Amino acid sequence: MKVLVPVKRVIDYNVKVRVKADGSGVDLANVKMSMNPFDEIAVEEAIRLKEKGVASEIVVVSIGVKQAQETLRTALAMGADRAILIEAASDVHTDIEPLAVAKLLAAVVGAEAPGLVLAGKQAIDNDMNATGQMLSALLGWSQATFASELSVAGDSATVTREVDGGLQTITVKLPAVVTVDLRLNEPRYASLPNIMKAKKKPLEEKTAADYGVDVTPRLTVVKTSEPAGRKAGVKVASVDELIAKLKDEAGVL
Amino acid sequence: MAVLLLADVNGGQLATDSVAKTLTAVAGLGEIHVLVAGQGGDAAAAEAAGLAGVSKVLFADGHDYCHGMAEATAALVVGLASSYTHICAPATAAAKNVLPRVAALLDVMVLSDVTAVIDSETFERPIYAGNAIQTVKSGDKVKVFTVRTAAFAAAGTGGAAALEKVTGATAEGLSSWVEDKVAASDRPELTSAKIVVSGGRGVGSEADFALIEALADKLGAAVGASRAAVDSGFAPNDWQVGQTGKVVAPALYVAIGISGAIQHLAGMKDSKVIVAINKDEEAPIFQIADYGLVADLFQAVPEMTQKV
Repeated sequence: MKVLVPVKRVIDYNVKVRVKADGSGVDLANVKMSMNPFDEIAVEEAIRLKEKGVASEIVVVSIGVKQAQETLRTALAMGADRAILIEAASDVHTDIEPLAVAKLLAAVVGAEAPGLVLAGKQAIDNDMNATGQMLSALLGWSQATFASELSVAGDSATVTREVDGGLQTITVKLPAVVTVDLRLNEPRYASLPNIMKAKKKPLEEKTAADYGVDVTPRLTVVKTSEPAGRKAGVKVASVDELIAKLKDEAGVL
Repeated sequence: MAVLLLADVNGGQLATDSVAKTLTAVAGLGEIHVLVAGQGGDAAAAEAAGLAGVSKVLFADGHDYCHGMAEATAALVVGLASSYTHICAPATAAAKNVLPRVAALLDVMVLSDVTAVIDSETFERPIYAGNAIQTVKSGDKVKVFTVRTAAFAAAGTGGAAALEKVTGATAEGLSSWVEDKVAASDRPELTSAKIVVSGGRGVGSEADFALIEALADKLGAAVGASRAAVDSGFAPNDWQVGQTGKVVAPALYVAIGISGAIQHLAGMKDSKVIVAINKDEEAPIFQIADYGLVADLFQAVPEMTQKV
């Protein structure tokens, strides 16, 4: 079974986010970029499925600017077999919306015919948590979101999902889209030899136009602003003082 | 203009708080119809009809819609969509599973975690783990969005909306429910609790999390945890407060042994009063806490549990 894993190039999760002074967005110029952490978990899970003999080939896809090549090379170094870059923007500040990404991925699925798409549950830049569900909808496939456990047997997969208040287990008919949550696995680091090898793995370059998908955004960003700040309060010296303040001053106890 | 609000129903129970807060968020957008989906949801539908601001409750009494199964529930919502300008739901795990699917089937974008409805087509939502707030305008024919309920007060009761049974499409054999493992607890639900007591990496172990739980139980509070505590195995993931967990806004939030990573702050910074107990006086949590106590939590927390 072929497994398709979409990966997104996003601001590195350790970088402090700065809103541009003109309110047009977040400053991404000369900022360290990395693979979306949830997508790393998806790549890792695909590799584990291959190691178990369930997956035969892992194809990674990235949609965005040309520099997303680096993200694809990271996935190849981890253990993916081949990569497809769909160039859909020239400015690093252009975020392709989940609906357009899902349409492009649906076209890739049409060409590649994977048995499973493993995706991160959300990207840590726009935090939309939508692409996997949208792709599944466009394909008319089954979906299992927020996976913390995945097992594939025959033509179905059993997925344990992180839901409010606990866990839910469902089975989905394959082919399916599964989106992954934090606790599914811990992604491996790529070794130096594998990083070198990844440079020789195939990376196909395409454009959104090749797939006939219109990536014009449906949403217009009116402005981007800093969240309202919160001021530091007072330090108290003891538990007694804390309880007294909470009772008398704040009135919350 | 009319709004369809997909209610969260768990085991036949209406997630009343989340629905009531979503009602407040969308109150200015037009007549609101609440959709209750799932066999055995009669009581939930009746309860929804009693919420202030609801004009009609649509009840889809079908087994396929139980357990929030995405494929069937999305098909049901899409079947009803033509009568509405807005389709929304509280931003729960269940709705985040369903609404993006609905949006794609309608060929529109989805907006997740809306924190303010500016007008019928303009919305505010946090991006980058709450480090930026984006105001976006949607040109789509129908606006599909989830609402971050912590940002809104709950609508009251006293309504008497009409109840209408509806049917819709299902999703033949795409997926099936196996089981729910929902931790049974006498504590209040994390996202609607008046007080939340959370522990972080500083708590040190799963066993020592009992200190946090003891204080929470004394205060009648829900228990939360930072992502660091969850990743370290001290607490289950459904206790996680933060951008990758739950977003809460209680009257009192007590952060214990939590340094205050941005991703955690994104989940609790709208709390009315924040207390931080941490032995590191440089911890960033003190920069947003109303009351900070620099102390060893292993002494301070039992003392507080005893004295409150």
